[in-house]
Amino acid sequence: MVLIYSDDKDTTKELIAKGRELADETGSKVTSVIIGEDDDEVANELIYHGSDEVILANTDIEQFKAEEYTQVLKKLVEKTDSEIVLIGSDKSGKEIAPRLAAKLETGCVTDCTDLYFEDGTLTAERVAYSGNAVAVKNFISEPSIVTIPSKNFDPLSKDEGREGEITREELEVIEAESKIIDVQEKESEGVNVEDAEIIVSCGRGFENQEDLDLAEDLSEALERGTIGCSRPIAADLKWLPEDHWIGLSGHEVKPELYVAIGISGQIQHIAGMRDSGTVVAINKDEDAPIFESADYGIVGDLYEVVPKLVEAINEEKG
Amino acid sequence: MNIAVCAKEVVDVSEIKIDEKTNKPILEGISKEVNDIEKSAVEEAIKIKEEYGGEITILTVGSVDNMENMKELLAMGADEAVIISPPEESDYTVVSELLAGAVEEIGDIDLVLCGEASIDLFSGQVGPRIAELLNVPQITYAENLDVEEEKIVGERDVGGNKIMTVESPYPVVVTVTKEINDPRLPSLQEILGAANKPINEWGPKEFMDHEIEPTTEMKDIRGVSMERKNIIFDEDELEDSVKNLAENIAKEGLLEG
Ligand SMILES: Cc1cc2nc3c(=O)[nH]c(=O)nc-3n(C[C@H](O)[C@H](O)[C@H](O)COP(=O)(O)OP(=O)(O)OC[C@H]3O[C@@H](n4cnc5c(N)ncnc54)[C@H](O)[C@@H]3O)c2cc1C
Repeated sequence: MVLIYSDDKDTTKELIAKGRELADETGSKVTSVIIGEDDDEVANELIYHGSDEVILANTDIEQFKAEEYTQVLKKLVEKTDSEIVLIGSDKSGKEIAPRLAAKLETGCVTDCTDLYFEDGTLTAERVAYSGNAVAVKNFISEPSIVTIPSKNFDPLSKDEGREGEITREELEVIEAESKIIDVQEKESEGVNVEDAEIIVSCGRGFENQEDLDLAEDLSEALERGTIGCSRPIAADLKWLPEDHWIGLSGHEVKPELYVAIGISGQIQHIAGMRDSGTVVAINKDEDAPIFESADYGIVGDLYEVVPKLVEAINEEKG
Repeated sequence: MNIAVCAKEVVDVSEIKIDEKTNKPILEGISKEVNDIEKSAVEEAIKIKEEYGGEITILTVGSVDNMENMKELLAMGADEAVIISPPEESDYTVVSELLAGAVEEIGDIDLVLCGEASIDLFSGQVGPRIAELLNVPQITYAENLDVEEEKIVGERDVGGNKIMTVESPYPVVVTVTKEINDPRLPSLQEILGAANKPINEWGPKEFMDHEIEPTTEMKDIRGVSMERKNIIFDEDELEDSVKNLAENIAKEGLLEG
């Protein structure tokens, strides 16, 4: 059995597609788990996307933290006798999966980019050394726990002819001693850098938050543009919501065109954009490492270069 | 308040080159350092000690090539370091078991601090695994901590633009992001003063009551190299440079929607 869990429904569908492939190879089944949401329609949606079974898991607790999620998943792994567990690699999945692995005394690979059987052994690939290498790891334990980032695998197309079983499980969970006392939602424009075709990305070279308008102008001139940023812009200065954050600890993007403005090009940033089509860098320091990762570069002050580039692009468009 | 901080030295990832013949990353000869995230964990421990007293022990699994790295953490303000040698075959299961075992062996630890992940492989497994093995709560990705006598309150960025505030009694495992603080640079005085702080070396058999087996194995590691054109436009006039750039962007069909 392959067990699937993510609190993001789109990611769940992508994991089901991968789970389906692995299950078909071994003649087993795919079971998806939904925690704390008792809704047949949501369950059916997962069946139409390839899940053989959906478990709607319910408990009598209100708050879920990694400590409780782990208990729920452990019970379901044991109940379904799962050999493989696929978990979405967002921040919540990444703190649940290793804890679950420790509870089950088994192996775990986080942020897996490819997963397959080789000579009957489950093999997982993941990025290592900030994108300088790919590590290929074999599981020598079961169940094998894997976290997979969103957009890594394509979901199966929806087929309402697919049939599956919906079951409900009431589970007892011991409440953890820690408590969530507040959740604040920051404003979000719902940008999705992962799907962007063109990204104009801003770094510490910008002196003020308002100056990011320059990048916005360029993004508009390029028409299909979306704004991205380096970690300090989102995490330290908080000039942009973290939806825009690109890199090892942010989002991984592959646009056709990536324009890095005032970004030094530290390897943790490169890790998030190295698969981009064409890379353009604008930086006043000719020795900035970003130029090594760029196809085209201009050495200069972004405050002079960007407005002129906007003009030149507009002219080029005619 | 007694604190254990898990910190290790890692290769400087920005120095890694790929061996063209074997297509493997060359790790030999690359300088090793304790990364900023783990230094931030040490810094946070020191701040807590300054307010509440107690002992700070640095725990590291693996051989330490450069003792100066451990000494730097002691000079910052940690009291003691323990270097644990792993069995020949090791993975996150083994490392976490050893760290959790060492925390139990030391005893009376209120708080275990780790980085959100270490910079070399960025798996982020060790913190949550230790929390489970010790059967205590976890607060991951903390970017702010408020320490009180009976409880700790952490703010964590949980993604999806949500900031969650979690409180926990002790003992607890906390992983921090590098935004939580700026780690201090020890003064020369502190570096000299740390020379006599103990660095202990432990073998697993000395404190583990059970055998630990790895659950995954590294089958291969292959290099990824990136080929880029690396063309810099530097005409006398900036107008000409941006024009060249715009033309090239257009030539690649990027201006067509
Ligand atoms: C564990 C870990 C994870 C990390 N994850 C990420 C991540 O996911 N994403 C990420 O981006 N970083 C990440 N980092 C941080 C990374 O190491 C760098 O610190 C960061 O990318 C630097 O951001 P920056 O390039 O915007 O700023 P800086 O490095 O400060 O660079 C600013 C650049 O702007 C240039 N500049 C200044 N003024 C001008 C001007 N007027 N015109 C033109 N150019 C100018 C400067 O020459 C410089 O090159 C991570 C670090 C760690 C330790």
